[in-house]
Amino acid sequence: MLEVLQYGFMRNALAAGVLVSIACGIIGTFVVINRIVFLSGGIAHAAYGGIGLGYFLGINPVFGAIAFSLMSALGMGWVHRRTRERSDTIIGVMWALGMALGIIFLDFTPGYKADLMSYLFGSILAVPSTDLIIMLVLNLIIITLVIAFFKELQAISFDETFAFVVNVPVDSLYLMLICLVALTVVMTMRVVGLIMVIALLTMPAAIAGLFVKDMKRMMVVSVVLSILFTFTGLMLSYFFNLTSGASVILVSGLAYFLSFLGKKFFVLKSPGN
Amino acid sequence: MKKQPVIQIENLWAGYENQSVLENINLNIYEADFLGLIGPNGGGKTTLLKTMIGLIKPYRGEIRVMGKSVHDGRCHIGYVPQMIEMDRQFPIRVWEVVQMGLLGCRRPLQPITDADREIIHFTLSQVEMDQLQNRAIGDLSVGQRQRVYIARALATDPQILLLDEPTASVDPQVAGMIYELLEKINQTVTIVMVSHDMNAISAHVKSIGCINRRLYYHGDKEITEDMLESIYECPVDLIAHGLPHRVLAAHNHKESHHA
Repeated sequence: MLEVLQYGFMRNALAAGVLVSIACGIIGTFVVINRIVFLSGGIAHAAYGGIGLGYFLGINPVFGAIAFSLMSALGMGWVHRRTRERSDTIIGVMWALGMALGIIFLDFTPGYKADLMSYLFGSILAVPSTDLIIMLVLNLIIITLVIAFFKELQAISFDETFAFVVNVPVDSLYLMLICLVALTVVMTMRVVGLIMVIALLTMPAAIAGLFVKDMKRMMVVSVVLSILFTFTGLMLSYFFNLTSGASVILVSGLAYFLSFLGKKFFVLKSPGN
Repeated sequence: MKKQPVIQIENLWAGYENQSVLENINLNIYEADFLGLIGPNGGGKTTLLKTMIGLIKPYRGEIRVMGKSVHDGRCHIGYVPQMIEMDRQFPIRVWEVVQMGLLGCRRPLQPITDADREIIHFTLSQVEMDQLQNRAIGDLSVGQRQRVYIARALATDPQILLLDEPTASVDPQVAGMIYELLEKINQTVTIVMVSHDMNAISAHVKSIGCINRRLYYHGDKEITEDMLESIYECPVDLIAHGLPHRVLAAHNHKESHHA
């Protein structure tokens, strides 16, 4: 099994897996407890427009994706705050519009576009070292901000009305959180692809949430689970010649259903429930 | 010597979209008061409470809290919201909920100190919940949660405590304990409480206001002819349930007036 490590691409893949897992475990916890999974999906698909723009302008598509996802995150987040009841509509609009923009930009871009598929289904086996550095920087930003504002972020997630009444800057913190989601989405997209971003952002955190009721622990457990799923998925894809992103998600999904059933079984058996 | 009101409401109109819920409310709440607000459902009790902390913006009139605007003044208010269904899976511990009272006004984006942790522990012991401070909030009973929310409000070191139906979904025993606690708190803190529970209101508060679009308030809880008339104009639940005399009996022996 260790012989896989002799390949540079495999080492990069594992490093990317760890970096993505750290971001997904931490931010995924916020996504799950704030019930903004759909919003995260909207951001992911809007980011695709940025990838198209990146190709069109001839710059690294990751930068286009970062710009687009941040802008759409701020837009959707703002609408989400103002008009709560119809925010899913605007998310749906951005979702579709982002995809369409990406495709149109690519139509205007001459030349070879096969690499495009890697953003849809992920390309953890082809992550270049420059992307690893971008991921590392994004991770540092995410960890620093979450540590600095942990109490406040937890407070607005739990009871934003009370937080508002004691003059916590709820709106700014919420938009910051959404932007962190956007950065995580861009990072995750590289590994498991746009289509499956949501899976890695929600499943490890959802499993952790079944078993721990402490937010910091939930984050740690999510990170560990996410690393576990990514590595297992990678190994499966290496030995059975499967698509890597899909393998990672399949492992996560299987684990999710098993733990869901396991929890039900456990809760039924334990006394006092 | 006239006391300075802690909350001053002048000519207040508020509501939702195109319909006014509160009309021309004038109210001065003075230090050390324990004001109970009663009234029918949809009469505007909760709306009035929410305007005092800026959750609803009035479209006319003015509110001053401790002589300041609502935004600054609400830092002197401890708010205990109405109990609503919560996500019982939410990963937050009891002490972390109380810690929320220390954020914003008290410690804008600063780390929590040992002194803060002492405040958290002290307020939890005030409501007799310090034994459960490491529990997840979702694992508590409704009554226990209500006490934690009161501790959270107290952690803001308030001069005024606002409570929205604090005993709505707890059993009478817990309700009794909460009222006892509130009376103790009231020795140093002004309290404004919205409630359906007329018996409890009349037994524990110092003054009663009745809200049904307009406010019927006379600054005390003596049942005067005026008050009877205003209660009449402002039908409360228990009267509708055919128990008018229970409401008034504890404090008014001239029941024949009402008949």
